[in-house]
Amino acid sequence: MTHTDTETLTPQHTAPRLALRSGADLSDAVTREPSEWRKTWRRFRRYRPALFGLALIVLLVVLALGAQWLAPYAPEKVNPRLRGDGPTASHWLGNDDIGRDILSRIIYGSRIALIVGVGATSIAVTIGVAVGATAGYFGGRVDFLLSRLVDTLMAFPLLALLLTLSTVFGPSLRNVVVVIGCTVWASYARVVRAEVLSLRERDFVLAARAAGATDRRIIARHIVPNAIGPVIILASLAIGSIIILESALSFLGMGVARPTASWGTMLSDGRDFIRNYPHISIAPGLAIALTVLAFNLVGDGLRDALDPRQRS
Amino acid sequence: MAAYLVKRLLQGVFVLFLVSLLTFFVMYFMPGDPARTMVGQARVTEEQLDAIRDKWGLNDPWYERYGDWITNLATGDLGTSMMRPGQGIGDMIASAASMTIRLNLMSFTIALVVAIPIGVLAAVKRNSVLDYISTFGSTLGVAIPNYWIGVMAIVLFSVKLGWLPAYGADSWKSYVLPVIVLSIEEMAAVMRLMRGTTIEVLSQDYVQTARAKGLAQKVILMRHVVRNALLPVITLLGYRIAFILSGTIVVETVFAWPGIGQLFFDAITNQDLQVVQAIVLLLTAVVVIVNILTDLTYAVIDPRVRVR
Repeated sequence: MTHTDTETLTPQHTAPRLALRSGADLSDAVTREPSEWRKTWRRFRRYRPALFGLALIVLLVVLALGAQWLAPYAPEKVNPRLRGDGPTASHWLGNDDIGRDILSRIIYGSRIALIVGVGATSIAVTIGVAVGATAGYFGGRVDFLLSRLVDTLMAFPLLALLLTLSTVFGPSLRNVVVVIGCTVWASYARVVRAEVLSLRERDFVLAARAAGATDRRIIARHIVPNAIGPVIILASLAIGSIIILESALSFLGMGVARPTASWGTMLSDGRDFIRNYPHISIAPGLAIALTVLAFNLVGDGLRDALDPRQRS
Repeated sequence: MAAYLVKRLLQGVFVLFLVSLLTFFVMYFMPGDPARTMVGQARVTEEQLDAIRDKWGLNDPWYERYGDWITNLATGDLGTSMMRPGQGIGDMIASAASMTIRLNLMSFTIALVVAIPIGVLAAVKRNSVLDYISTFGSTLGVAIPNYWIGVMAIVLFSVKLGWLPAYGADSWKSYVLPVIVLSIEEMAAVMRLMRGTTIEVLSQDYVQTARAKGLAQKVILMRHVVRNALLPVITLLGYRIAFILSGTIVVETVFAWPGIGQLFFDAITNQDLQVVQAIVLLLTAVVVIVNILTDLTYAVIDPRVRVR
């Protein structure tokens, strides 16, 4: 056991040192990269709301990672005597319809929101970039077929498709991530395809081809890295809407299965007891709104920082 | 222009074909047995169940089922509902759709009437109090899930104050909450976009020229700025109209509104396969058509598009 541990850890430990050492030897082209990032960071920093959003996201990540230490109670612990109790000193946000501590469930719920938001977006970006780059680079019949596939996905009413797929695969966290990821990639494909179409004819690509680089290498090394800016912007702006989608699915009972604490299921529990315990619905809705707000603000900041056309 | 239109129509038909295939197969692999769901608690023999499956074509191979569905569709026959015996799917969709369209027409109108002037003003008076408030408001409006606003509105206006009904569609009062809740998100999106595009247009050379000519600010705004800034809003509107269903499924569920979102959600929870298929296909057809129309509108409004 210890043996395998050291083996798997070694590459991670040496990687930064290796990068540092080789970075010093390499030509300008490579060493200039960190300063490009620093410039982006400087532009990003100028937009105050984005910094606020970033702080919120950091807080959210801390909550999600430290849930077992930060949450005052276990998220699924039922206390029948406290059913529907309003906020008190020991239960800051009160208790839900079966007597679970709402604050603890909100804290644990941040895990679900982040896992779905980041997980589904990663899947979508991976598929979208691959499809978009392939369609744009090869053109012709490949492009026609892939583009129609993209049109088809974009034409589907998204939530209807998600509801249908969740019914087929059954509600669970993993299924929600996969199903959302596999249905929202079309917009990435469209953006990457457009970028690639214009990059394909640039001199550096022609030069790479003349030097004998394979298609695969040209796509992976020259085209995708140059087309990635718009993808980052799109992804950061999309995480928020994916978190809303997940909450809507869970709200309708087709998302994350009970009794796992997801903000959407909490809202749906609260809705059933809206007459007697309206306080149950308040906190999860605020949590969703703040999280989405945070990602949207960071997305706006990134767009201003990365997209030269947006600079004023 | 005509060649472009034909090309777009053909692409649209191809997309619809893919959608029909995809929908059909998703429904085909839906777990559970619709025949069993249909009989519910009634005691039936396996033979009787099989007879039901036979009657609804559930025992046929997939290509026959798909073929039957498509040929019926081509003659305008959407079939009948399995779970609501005797009801034609066409009629069900028509009455539900009219409820959804009414709701959305109202919320779109409110959103446009409120958001366009505010967006333009915010852009003209950049960094003013109005600009900050509207930017803040639209940022929040996009981030807050609309069904939560719905739930909160029910708590306040129905449970606490008792002014408006919490659900149903019985009188004009029933429209107030769902219409407002739906319009908030549209308003936020339109305001944000309108502000952004107006700012962009204001910096264009032709606006500078108009200003240099000594035109009044009002004339510049109406004749040069707003007209050009509206173009992206039209695209957004087309996109939004196309996705009415996605936007309203949850809100209609919250307010128990007898619209298409509600019908779809019921159909999916009751395994009413034919209804689900019909709704999905119909709505994607709407999306495809609206997309083509949006492009055409673009070409009509903006002569530059026609040249390209």
